[in-house]
Amino acid sequence: MAAGVISTSRRMLSNRVFLWSCLAATMIAILLLSVLMVSIAIEGWSSISWRFLDSFASRKPAQAGIKAPLLGSLWVCAICGLAAIPMGIGTAIYLEEFAKRSRLKRFIQLNISNLSGVPSIVYGILALAAFVRFFGLACADEPWTLGDPESLFFIQFPFGPSVLAGGLTLALVILPIMIIASQEAFRAVPPSLRQGALALGSTPWQVVRLVTLPAAMPTIMTGAILAMSRAIGEAAPLLVIGGFLLVFQTPTNLMSDFTVLPLQIFNWAGRPQADFHKLAAAAIIVQLVVLISFNSVAIIIRQKLQRPLQS
Amino acid sequence: MTNTRPTSMIRIALVTAILSIAAQDGTRDFAKLKGAVRIDGSSTVYPITEAVVEEFSKIAKKVNVTVGISGTGGGFKRFCVGETAISNASRPITPSEVALAATSNIEFIEIPIAFDALSVVVHPKNDWVKSITIAQLKAIYSAGGGKSWKDIDPSWPDRAITAYSPGTDSGTFDYFKDAVLGKEGKARADMSVSEDDNVLVLGVSGDRDAIGFFGLAYFEENKDKLRAVPVIGSSGVAVSPSAKTVHDETYPLSRPLFIYVNGKAAAKPEVAALVEFFLDQCDELVTEVGYIPLPSATLAKVHANWSAKRLGTQFVKDGKQIEGRFGDLFQ
Repeated sequence: MAAGVISTSRRMLSNRVFLWSCLAATMIAILLLSVLMVSIAIEGWSSISWRFLDSFASRKPAQAGIKAPLLGSLWVCAICGLAAIPMGIGTAIYLEEFAKRSRLKRFIQLNISNLSGVPSIVYGILALAAFVRFFGLACADEPWTLGDPESLFFIQFPFGPSVLAGGLTLALVILPIMIIASQEAFRAVPPSLRQGALALGSTPWQVVRLVTLPAAMPTIMTGAILAMSRAIGEAAPLLVIGGFLLVFQTPTNLMSDFTVLPLQIFNWAGRPQADFHKLAAAAIIVQLVVLISFNSVAIIIRQKLQRPLQS
Repeated sequence: MTNTRPTSMIRIALVTAILSIAAQDGTRDFAKLKGAVRIDGSSTVYPITEAVVEEFSKIAKKVNVTVGISGTGGGFKRFCVGETAISNASRPITPSEVALAATSNIEFIEIPIAFDALSVVVHPKNDWVKSITIAQLKAIYSAGGGKSWKDIDPSWPDRAITAYSPGTDSGTFDYFKDAVLGKEGKARADMSVSEDDNVLVLGVSGDRDAIGFFGLAYFEENKDKLRAVPVIGSSGVAVSPSAKTVHDETYPLSRPLFIYVNGKAAAKPEVAALVEFFLDQCDELVTEVGYIPLPSATLAKVHANWSAKRLGTQFVKDGKQIEGRFGDLFQ
């Protein structure tokens, strides 16, 4: 009897210790994040104004703004999302719903897992050869062009260090994450749903389109949020493909030169003048706002898609 | 009265004609220029290019100029295959880069634009280093270099040296290595390295036993936190870094900065306009961003070379880098 009482109180104690250590782990993460956010907000808040958003870069901190990197980031991330999200979901559908157990499937799976751990700068090197230079097939100073350079539909080959090349580069970086997240989403759909639909005479494509994809979509969107958050913060691969820093024009078509917020932040933060550090902090705030609004769009899509399955 | 009127009218007509020719010849209509100019290269030259491009973009609004900071070597890799029209460089082009340009049929015009001086800096409370020789700098920064200040000079205290250096990929380090350690020299492994000169400023200003080096511009910004050490070169005299000592090339640690312009691109009006604007505004903007403008004699040669569209480099001959004083070599 006595032994039982001791053991209960010990069990309660270890329960409490576990609870508190979990809480501590959470608090450390939240504390670090809030210290970072508060210090950036204090440093950068005063620099944020409409003029800051609507001006190009300048060597004078009082006149410098982030118009070019802000719009560059939006263009590049939009292209990246349009390329990587459908491709990632498509790959996941093939691997989870259609591919038979085979050596090829295992080989692909192994490669995707490995690729998700490759440093992003390596993708930059690959993209430099593939998208920017087309493996040297065309001459860089005399590209083959199609359309008027000032119109929206201007295309040139090779792409050069353009927003299209930048977006595709980031798509390469986030594709493995996107595929793995989507695969997890498909695996989480109960097999009974698929089997039920098949038993009612649906073709495999109908099963995917009407049953598994809608059921997996909310989880896929969570994966997409994480992937896009990574893409918008990347600077290294864009630096490798020759992303510029100083740009005095906003993108007008897929072939426009561009710069992105992380590059601008990196440059400002590395300057000796303290005023530029304030601008870097302000640019970080803008980047966070952009990121949160990207994510809220994904969350809205997720909420919308969740409804039919719940009813 | 009746006599003078026709002559004065002729005079006015003549003056107007001359003026209009001068206007066509000397100034361009910047607002009408169009196109794109891609620039990449040294982050040391970047502040100058940034200032020039910012001012240029105000008057030539339709020309889309973009500037990157891939470093001198990285910039030449792109320039020598024709990806960029202008390359910023904190050293002359090397024989291997000249060869790469030749294989891609890229010709170029070499334009010195300013001087950069490396400043050797210590903590303001460091009262023992009054001046330093190149040999002493080498003893500090070489692999297996002195651990204590006393190892470098017996009259200095027996305190451990903390050595700071810009990143080994930077043009600044390349230049320091060439000028101090020698071509075959290896830098010590235990120095604190940062690509960010600001980190070096913080490091040296927070440690009484520290020594570091970086561009004069960064020292000028942080004069209150650091002390620049006069350097003793081959002349045997201690020289502090300043515009005067850089110009007459008595300060041992100064170097010319360049832009290289693609020969084919130089024929395009928007690129030519930018380069001419660069040369016109250079002096003022170079001073503003903390570098040292070229002496007027050199600047005159630069203008002459540009007008003649003189191709090629003056620092590589028969596949070899030419050694010597910039002032003597550049024609």
